[in-house]
Amino acid sequence: MGLFESLFRAPSPKKSATLAKERLQIIVAHERGSGRRGSPDYLPALKKELLEVVRKYVPVDQNQIKVHLDREGGYEVLELNITLPDEELQPRRGPENLPGPGQG
Amino acid sequence: MATVIVVTSGKGGVGKTTTSASFATGLAQRGYRTVVIDFDVGLRNLDLIMGCERRVVYDFVNIINGEASLNQALIRDKRVENLHILPASQTRDKEALTKEGVDRVLNELRQSFEYIVCDSPAGIERGALMALYFADEALVVTNPEVSSVRDSDRILGILASRSRRAEQGDPPVKEHLVLARYAPERADRGDMLSVEDVLEILGIPLLGVIPESQTVLQSSNAGVPVILEDGSEAGAAYGDLVDRFLGKDLPHRFITPQKKGFLKRLFRRG
Repeated sequence: MGLFESLFRAPSPKKSATLAKERLQIIVAHERGSGRRGSPDYLPALKKELLEVVRKYVPVDQNQIKVHLDREGGYEVLELNITLPDEELQPRRGPENLPGPGQG
Repeated sequence: MATVIVVTSGKGGVGKTTTSASFATGLAQRGYRTVVIDFDVGLRNLDLIMGCERRVVYDFVNIINGEASLNQALIRDKRVENLHILPASQTRDKEALTKEGVDRVLNELRQSFEYIVCDSPAGIERGALMALYFADEALVVTNPEVSSVRDSDRILGILASRSRRAEQGDPPVKEHLVLARYAPERADRGDMLSVEDVLEILGIPLLGVIPESQTVLQSSNAGVPVILEDGSEAGAAYGDLVDRFLGKDLPHRFITPQKKGFLKRLFRRG
């Protein structure tokens, strides 16, 4: 490329390589969050089993349990969020619902 | 103790087989007893690139199934001493590769070879997982292009979590980046990801940069690993790569645009 050309070329928009790099940095960071470095393949299974345990006592829905793993510095935080159903609307199970001692 | 090296990438068509062929040839040229195994069961191509396709009698799956001995299946390279090729089966599918079977064959190869190079198929299915599972080191072949870089990152994740070393809590697989099909002029113009860009994203040590070169296609046409092509840039880059792998400290060549002389501009060569 001659000096003339480089001097008088129209100012170009962002170079495509820069664009590529930025897009890659975002997608790669996102995908590493759920894949890289011994990361939890076990999360879906953990979620399913937790749900089964909780369901023994309280009827909850598949989408009312949220499992989230965060990495900060040297440690990891496993966050577990279970939304319990509204008590009024749900039939309760447990000893207090058993028929009490007869009245007669 | 033999070293098992997987040549992998995730994405297809980036130069895994070209790299496997030249890397193994280079190791053998430098005096190391080397075998290169094609893990691409059903779509074998290493035999073509190595120029031994007409000498294939038995294959990897035959050995796993006990239908042939290792000595019957190994093909001795006619050009380079110390080099053997173990072709993939063309008629089976990748399910024929079992962990136990591959382990057994690799252990047998460890007795007689110093380097075992595993040419991985593309993808992250069974063939690719088997090729990387037993690896001590990995050459991750990447092109300076978005989909290839992303797939390489994915493969790095798999190496770190699903290799035998990861599963057994041993020291991790040693990772090396091979940036292939690099065009310094285009990177310089900002039309292609640069060496630095790719290194920054993938974050693993650079073993070699292979420049985009017409010689690669020509040598695969002829069934000659490009490292054997004297005077070609790609061949020289693979030579450097092998030396670096063996511990030499060499500067990277072919990563900046060449100033073309008047004569070269008149008679453009690849």
